[in-house]
Amino acid sequence: MRVGLFVTCLVDLMRPSIGFAAIKLLEAGGAEVFVPPTQTCCGQPAYNAGDRADAVSLARKLVAEFEGCDYLVAPSGSCGGMIKTHYADLFGNDPDMRDRAAALAAKTYELTDFLVNVLKLGDVPGRFAGSVTYHDCCAGLREMGVKEQPRALLARMPGLQLEEMSECEMCCGFGGTFAIKFGEISSRLADNKCQHVVNSGADAVILGDLGCMLNIEGRLRRRGDTKTKVLHVAELLAGETQ
Amino acid sequence: MQVASMHFKERAHAKLNDAQLQRNLGKMQGKFIAKRRASLTELDDFEGTREAGRAIRQRALDNLDTWLETFEASATRRGATVLYAQTPAEVNQLVLEIAARHGVNKIIKSKSMVSEESGLDHAIEAAGMAVVETDLGEYILQINDYEPPSHIIGPALHKSKEEVAELFHLRHGTERKDGIEELCREARQVLRQHYLAADMGITGGNFFVAETGSVVLVTNEGNATLATTLPKVHVAISGIEKVVPTLEDIATLMRLLPRSATGQSISNYCDLLTGVKGKGEFHGAEHMYFIVVDCGRTEVLASDVAEALRCIRCGACMNHCPVYQNVGGHSYGWVYPGPIGSVLTPMYVGLERAMDLPEASTLCNQCGVVCPVKIPLPDLLRKLREKSFDRALRPWHERAGHRIWTWFALRPRLYATASQAGVRLLHLLTRADGMVRSLPFGGGWTDGRDMPGPAGRTFRELYRARHAAPPKSQ
Repeated sequence: MRVGLFVTCLVDLMRPSIGFAAIKLLEAGGAEVFVPPTQTCCGQPAYNAGDRADAVSLARKLVAEFEGCDYLVAPSGSCGGMIKTHYADLFGNDPDMRDRAAALAAKTYELTDFLVNVLKLGDVPGRFAGSVTYHDCCAGLREMGVKEQPRALLARMPGLQLEEMSECEMCCGFGGTFAIKFGEISSRLADNKCQHVVNSGADAVILGDLGCMLNIEGRLRRRGDTKTKVLHVAELLAGETQ
Repeated sequence: MQVASMHFKERAHAKLNDAQLQRNLGKMQGKFIAKRRASLTELDDFEGTREAGRAIRQRALDNLDTWLETFEASATRRGATVLYAQTPAEVNQLVLEIAARHGVNKIIKSKSMVSEESGLDHAIEAAGMAVVETDLGEYILQINDYEPPSHIIGPALHKSKEEVAELFHLRHGTERKDGIEELCREARQVLRQHYLAADMGITGGNFFVAETGSVVLVTNEGNATLATTLPKVHVAISGIEKVVPTLEDIATLMRLLPRSATGQSISNYCDLLTGVKGKGEFHGAEHMYFIVVDCGRTEVLASDVAEALRCIRCGACMNHCPVYQNVGGHSYGWVYPGPIGSVLTPMYVGLERAMDLPEASTLCNQCGVVCPVKIPLPDLLRKLREKSFDRALRPWHERAGHRIWTWFALRPRLYATASQAGVRLLHLLTRADGMVRSLPFGGGWTDGRDMPGPAGRTFRELYRARHAAPPKSQ
């Protein structure tokens, strides 16, 4: 089984350890991982900015890079959701590309969903002693149906306790370029999220998207919280925390 | 109503820093959400009902001209008069003409958001007549010098009980009351006199029913019932999109509307008004008019955001919107706030006068999943963003930013080099605690947050290095 890993541009630039953690987990589940070397961006920033032409160019490139794989897996519900639920819409006037995009969408998975439902991963390599709380990232939850999968994997880590925070499905305020265009509103939403994280009493907040991670960690630290860890679910499961 | 939507960011800034408003917003948001969730469990198949609601509203929109003609014929047969208004000015003019025809001095109104679009109350007062809002929320706003509504079903939700108590004390000249029940009793006493003295009642219309020529009014206070049965003239004002084919359709939509709006199985009152008072009948207006309003709706119908017209005005999208919850309805600067307002306002008043609204969303899709008629709100917001982008309404640096990013992202070798350089630069700005405190050109981010610094090398570099080297012995 040849799995194409879409690393995502944020992981490539900001936190490569998530990419390596994803490879480790996929290999632990028996997959052969292929990382297309020319991959860059899925086009979501352009798409959400209304820049359709650029989004189409980037989507075309990504489809060509990954359509030869048995699966496309991304350590992100947001980029995964872009490919799975929006790519076909981008090629409304181009039946050939639309079919290719739809075919790729059908084999596109968010990492934890893939580990649980396709690879049926047993034991996970990571170890964590303490309590964690899980933030459901919007696109993962509402576009990719990611809810129980990460929790099922976390439950396999002895010593880890899950303390659900209230409003765990509420947006953290990241929203891509929204975080910069409407920085003040975005920071307020992040602050609300941080308050729920802190109220849960957990040692770490775990999530599946780097955008939300940067937002939540950035706000926690600005609030003066140096203690609460912010970890990508792949890092935690693979035992590759920084 | 005056359009202030171009000042969204400044208004949101003021509201985020209004401590009283923040307390008021904090109290209301959880209530709507929890009550809605609980009330949905009463339905055996919410998703099935939701799909039926979507289909009913879409069927009406697909043949809107036919259903409007059917409605007009049915209503006329029952003795009502159906009038059409193309513009906000025409709405006001039609109301004033009807009032003049029947020698009206005093008008009572139950809630109508459509009449907010045309600033009807001001037009009535300018013509020398008195008008009194009877929805409690609207009444509170009216006596507060016509403060604009901040929510489509709870227009005064931004106000606390204490603020209302103070307002009643000042405006009514009565002793200051504390309890909600006492305040409601006082409002009821004041309003009762107005009902009895009025000679015309104006209402909105939740739905128009084509097969019967009826209007459906959904309230919790019964004010619409009084406003349509006591005065001799009833004028119902609503948008062209509010027509549905049959009474059967109303049965389905009423399973969705109160639950999505307030989390009630059914609202306290639901009036179904058909035709004028007949011979020997005790209730009903002697003269019944429908003002069916376009005001930009035909243009929406012909556009790629036409699905927004399925809206049944429950307010669930705003109740669940993280942005609305924190900035409140007034930030949006016109009649309809929240996600649905961010689609409708640019369409009704012009994109260039409401440019920020389609952008003011994280596209978290909470609105899309709660909408009882499945309006894909994030997709519609994105379509408006495309219009903004195509018409070059966004700042040049945003457009340039996307163009540069894409230019590099389409050229992997250059992208690799540029991103390595960028990441190293950002790494230099990273402090010992791993955070960047201030980003050049990134104040939007770092004014309120740190930016966790990058590792210093890209995944691409590290991966290539690992795979170029001979495998290490385990």
